[in-house]
Amino acid sequence: MNRGPLLFLGILAAVAFSWVGLVLTGEIQSGGLTPYYDQAEGKLYPEKPSGQAGQGRLVYEDLGCAACHTQQVRRPGFGTDEARGWGTRQSVARDYLYEPRVLLGSLRTGPDLRNIGARQTSADWHYLHLYDPQLTSPGSVMPPARFLFAYRKVVGQPSPLALKLPGDYARQHGLDRPGYELVPTPRAEALVAYLLALNDPYTFPEAKPYEPAPPKKGGA
Amino acid sequence: MVRPVSNAGPAAHADTGAVDASTRWPVLLFLLSSLGWLLVATVLALITSLKSHTPDFLAGEAWLTYGRVSAAGLNALVYGWSSNAALAVTFWLMARLSRAPLRFGGVLVVAGGFWNLGLTLGVIGILAGDSTAAPWLEMPAYATPLLFVAYALVAVWAVVTFRYRRLAQVYVSQWYLLAALFCFPWIYSIAQVMVVFDPARGVVQSLVNWWYVNNLIALWFMPVGLAAAYYFIPKVLGKPIHSYYLSALGFWSLLIFGSWTGPDHLIGGPVPAWVISAGIAASVMMLIPVAVTAVNLHLTMLGSFRALRVSPTLRFVVVGGVNFTLVSLVGTAMSVRSVSEITHFTHFSEAHVLQGMYGFFAMVMFGAFYYLLPRLLLKEWPSAVLIRVHFWAAVLGSTLYWLALSIGGWIQGQEMNAATVPFLEVVQHTLPWLFAGSVAWIILAIGHLAFVINVVWMLLAQRPAGATVPTLFPNPPAMQGVSGP
Repeated sequence: MNRGPLLFLGILAAVAFSWVGLVLTGEIQSGGLTPYYDQAEGKLYPEKPSGQAGQGRLVYEDLGCAACHTQQVRRPGFGTDEARGWGTRQSVARDYLYEPRVLLGSLRTGPDLRNIGARQTSADWHYLHLYDPQLTSPGSVMPPARFLFAYRKVVGQPSPLALKLPGDYARQHGLDRPGYELVPTPRAEALVAYLLALNDPYTFPEAKPYEPAPPKKGGA
Repeated sequence: MVRPVSNAGPAAHADTGAVDASTRWPVLLFLLSSLGWLLVATVLALITSLKSHTPDFLAGEAWLTYGRVSAAGLNALVYGWSSNAALAVTFWLMARLSRAPLRFGGVLVVAGGFWNLGLTLGVIGILAGDSTAAPWLEMPAYATPLLFVAYALVAVWAVVTFRYRRLAQVYVSQWYLLAALFCFPWIYSIAQVMVVFDPARGVVQSLVNWWYVNNLIALWFMPVGLAAAYYFIPKVLGKPIHSYYLSALGFWSLLIFGSWTGPDHLIGGPVPAWVISAGIAASVMMLIPVAVTAVNLHLTMLGSFRALRVSPTLRFVVVGGVNFTLVSLVGTAMSVRSVSEITHFTHFSEAHVLQGMYGFFAMVMFGAFYYLLPRLLLKEWPSAVLIRVHFWAAVLGSTLYWLALSIGGWIQGQEMNAATVPFLEVVQHTLPWLFAGSVAWIILAIGHLAFVINVVWMLLAQRPAGATVPTLFPNPPAMQGVSGP
């Protein structure tokens, strides 16, 4: 291996092999995936997320939520994703079609969030949880995102989104001044809209659990 | 004038001192930048670690929130410390192994400027909220083109230098360095285009992303680390590497199998099953390069273990080599589906990556720095005590971190797979291990401080009159196939 060009070609071939095998073939196989048309419902799946949820996804990305939360449900029998209520079926490639950034994640310091919108359906719960995770999940190690909220004077009507803090908590943290309210910023509203929309309710044919063929009738 | 690949006799070889001197400014620039980034990465990693068990720590500001600090710390470690160090060592080794003075050093200085400017923008961008949220590619799109320009300059320089080498024989370290220099721009530009600038649709994006992360380790950091190990172990011992054929086998099998192991990160995920099976098969085949390299380096060391006492370079490089073997074996085990079911998504796999980047790669780089800095500055290391503090802190800290988070991660995985254990209990049970992780980072920080103090002290110290070669680490006798006098 004393010839530069040969060495160079060998290295080129090795990396090209891996690139063609994994990246290019993956792109050819899965890059052209299309939404699924359900004849009975006359609708295309997956559904496109709303604009506000799209904004919220950007907040999720910039705060680095994906550092601790995955968004992928594994099949039954491999881990306990379904038993923990993280989804009713495994995630499949088609679920991620409309996501400009696929946030699969690789660490579960926190629970999987692929179907958090189905598990926690209340925006109030999410606001409290984001403001201080200990309010809803004592013992959690999620960092509080107090910077997504504003403590401000009530002007006109109180905001319908104002956080419903427990009385004790408000007193201890000096958040009980009369005429003041703790409200989510637009970024928090968008993030919660995104979390509420995180849900894969539709079961694609390829996501159905494998069912062995029924045993043949008769015989001995 | 120098002809490419001249076959002239040893008399025509440039003097080693002159070769070293020609690398001084570019290597110092990258080396000192890497140390700066090492400190930044240490601070960010320590903050991240403290936050992992004490979520209220520094929780008031968005730019200090866990997700941002951890991403910024990772990028500072990977592109700041590790890549700057890799380039510094690469330039020095390329010049030495080519036995030709480094040419066009100015190009490298400009490249260093671009690299570190882009990196600074990128890390600040992550903290400011411009992260792309793609693993290991978090730096925003306005920063990465600067890194690419820097790298293009380095690549052009490398080809020119290799062409003007004065030694026809190409040593194993040079294979690895050429592979690394060539692979990085390729995988980096593919990842940038297919993940950041024009993202591939759906899960193909994740596939490209993990293909990149894996190849960054297997085709960039591993080759540079192994190149240094293949150079410094024989160099310090003054004897040739055990087997040329094993080296060649290890090299090609690493390139071929190592570049296929990326899908391991997606086991159980929503990607085609054959892709994952291919990744697992490649991970198992990785046993070949790992075993071959381990055997080759071990047989070279055999009978010379006493040298570990006197050479800090050897000590760091050998510990790095041992960690290379251990981390790779654990990596293969983790790719098996039944093991992955437990370790995937836990601190076990996070700690595994860090041990590869630190226990193997950073250790080898430290060892290289201890060898080349006295030769660049023509000065001695001012304090042997600080070297010892650095060594033991690095060994203890990285081992403690790896052990603690591997055990904690294993328990976490077992409990997560038992649906009867509530999730918050699983979280609580990881806390003591995460706490041990913070202790480990404090130990590592002490070692890094000792190292940086020693380097700064060395830079500021007076050069002894008439010094042309360092005395603390005399050049060993000339040996076959490694380097000249």
